[in-house]
Amino acid sequence: MLPTADGTRHAAGMPLAEGGRSSGAPPVLETPAGLRAKDLLSIGDLSANEILLILETAEAMKEVGTRTIKKVPTLRGKTVVNLFYEPSTRTRASFEIAEKRLSADTLNLAATDSSVVKGETLADTVRNLEAMAPDIIVLRHGSAGAGHLAARLCRARIINAGDGMHEHPTQALLDALTIRQRKGRVEGLKVSIIGDLLHSRVLRSNVLLLRALGAEVCACGPATLMLPDMPRLGVRATTSIDEAVEDADVIMLLRIQLERMRGYFFPSLREYFQLFGMTVARLRRAKPDVIIMHPGPMNRGVEIASEVADGPYSVILEQVANGVAVRMAVLYLLAGARQE
Amino acid sequence: MSNSDRTMLKGGRVVDPVNGVDGSADVLIDGGRVTRVGPNLGIEPGTIVIEVPRGCVVCPGFIDMHVHLREPGHEHKETVATGVAAAVAGGFTAVACMPNTDPVNDTAGVTKLILARAAQAGLARVYPIGAVTKGQAGEQLAQIGELRAAGCVAVSDDGRPVANASLMRRALEYAAMFDMPVIDHCEDVSLAGDGVAHEGHHAAVLGLRGLPAAAEEIIVERDITLSGLTGSPVHIAHMSARGALAAVRSGKDRGIRVSCEVTPHHFTLTDERLVGYDTNYKMNPPLREAVDVEAMLDGLRDGSIDCIATDHAPHHYDEKLVEFDRAPFGIVGLETAVSICLDRLVHAGHVPLSRLVELLAVNPARVLGVPGGDLSAGAPADITVLAPELAVRVEAAAFRSLARNTPFDGWSLRGGVAATMVGGRTVYVNTAVPGATSFDQRA
Repeated sequence: MLPTADGTRHAAGMPLAEGGRSSGAPPVLETPAGLRAKDLLSIGDLSANEILLILETAEAMKEVGTRTIKKVPTLRGKTVVNLFYEPSTRTRASFEIAEKRLSADTLNLAATDSSVVKGETLADTVRNLEAMAPDIIVLRHGSAGAGHLAARLCRARIINAGDGMHEHPTQALLDALTIRQRKGRVEGLKVSIIGDLLHSRVLRSNVLLLRALGAEVCACGPATLMLPDMPRLGVRATTSIDEAVEDADVIMLLRIQLERMRGYFFPSLREYFQLFGMTVARLRRAKPDVIIMHPGPMNRGVEIASEVADGPYSVILEQVANGVAVRMAVLYLLAGARQE
Repeated sequence: MSNSDRTMLKGGRVVDPVNGVDGSADVLIDGGRVTRVGPNLGIEPGTIVIEVPRGCVVCPGFIDMHVHLREPGHEHKETVATGVAAAVAGGFTAVACMPNTDPVNDTAGVTKLILARAAQAGLARVYPIGAVTKGQAGEQLAQIGELRAAGCVAVSDDGRPVANASLMRRALEYAAMFDMPVIDHCEDVSLAGDGVAHEGHHAAVLGLRGLPAAAEEIIVERDITLSGLTGSPVHIAHMSARGALAAVRSGKDRGIRVSCEVTPHHFTLTDERLVGYDTNYKMNPPLREAVDVEAMLDGLRDGSIDCIATDHAPHHYDEKLVEFDRAPFGIVGLETAVSICLDRLVHAGHVPLSRLVELLAVNPARVLGVPGGDLSAGAPADITVLAPELAVRVEAAAFRSLARNTPFDGWSLRGGVAATMVGGRTVYVNTAVPGATSFDQRA
């Protein structure tokens, strides 16, 4: 159980970071809590059981956000640095709120107001932060593998908050939490991911996670924005949006990343919307209880019509809400649980 | 020792494919040149006798026809002196150095500076390669005649391709007047874009921008076609894609004057190594797939690949300790190549030692038109002595090179270098080989 700020206990059944455990906790939480890997760099670092552990923990964390005083002392005395080399609204706010709800001491560093503008390398920045003994560094960076480099250079645990085109593990975890909340399961669902697949770290993390939990994954986008050899990833690839939408339980739209479009991938945003934009009419082929997801930020009228984004099937804001709980769970399991 | 001193290498296995020699023989050296090779040669008084350690193999000196010595301009990565020290420690008696220095080797002054530094170092022979185009900018021909007169043996814009096909055609025609091959780094820059790793499954999963094999294959095809058009020789640097090898084979079948080289890393490593984002697996061309590695081994076996060259590309550790997509391409190779070749090619059963000598000595000398590659009477006494059974553990920290950027650090390999001689003079002795100190002529 989590102690509340006023010392009363709730029935959520969370193991404590410090102190005893509730005998009524779900079995998955009875196993020694924590994750095998030092860092969370990729969904591939997690076993299916560890993914489930994070999701179960996040379920319990959701409750904290419903309290009058939204704070527990779980990470009291832990220092978390949010090191962001790329602009971010959702992810950065979500991590910071999660850290504060867990009572961690947080420090926010953005590349634009740090020594990075003076030409300091990532290695030097990370080693300098390490010298101040943080427990966790949450890293958002434009280069794939930046977290791997940081993890090699410091003892602080690294949480990858998005590294170039590689991965965004906590996004996939919050997506899974949202799917489970709505569908009760992930296994056996048809999840169609539509949009700019090639440049998407959200796609890469989601494919690993959804396959690990047994979903059927269909990826759809223009042929120019496909990954090579999608079947090897366990993904069915199609350029037909109707085929992707057909009988889908979950439709996840990916942002057309205008800032990463270095080549000539499609003729115009208008044609993209005509061929791949999610509209109310297209949605009729999906399951009646389909849910619509988007990692944000949305380009309304490009990958998604506003009527869909704001419509009854949309769970986009639930995703955002779940982001806080998932990040609390990851922070807790990495920083809080294991060192005892 | 003075050059007039006679030296006898006594009792080794001599592998000299040009002269059809592969067996026990002695090698007599006089005045820095080979004078006789044969079994049980008589020893005249005054001859220094070097007992070749048991199991060692005496070969014509190995020539690495593709290295970057970084001087002038990038002396923090490597200098001519440290580069040739690495070369002889790796069993190479000569290296050909690429012109992508700062300033670029596109004028006689730079060529002469490199040769002067090499003479000062007095270890391996250094054959400068001049630029094809001024400043390697790909716009107008460099002064190739002047470069030839100053000592360049070939021209290349290595690091980048000669992108303009018309300019490549003229370069082939022009360089052939001076009997110089054009060595091309084959990469279609528009197709390669800002890729950093072989385009395939692993780069896709890791979110790394791809360098498609087609970018290499297209330019190899183009160069072979242009060589056919001009009748001039073209040499394909660091071939890595199976389609490029198919193109070379087809060109050779048609009688086109194309030759090619492959690096040790391209016949040993695949793009699976990218997992973990270690920048010592970042090079251009990139590590490709297992089928490409198999193809390279096939080409080494059947003779369609002419040479093994290292593409020795030293970088300071600071430059490699960065995000994968920001790291410079390239790895060092001089001090690991021979052990990898012995272990992965000879002991693995792909090629016999005599074929390895062709790949590392005979053919590089022929392609570049430089002396060496054989132990004929009168040839320079450039000799590589191999210890094929030596247990070698690669230790980057002990390299003679200034740089440490190797993916092979810590590897255990079977086979190494016992000693290296240039012009009859011992320039390297591997004290780990029992008896190799007999090569130390100061004794």
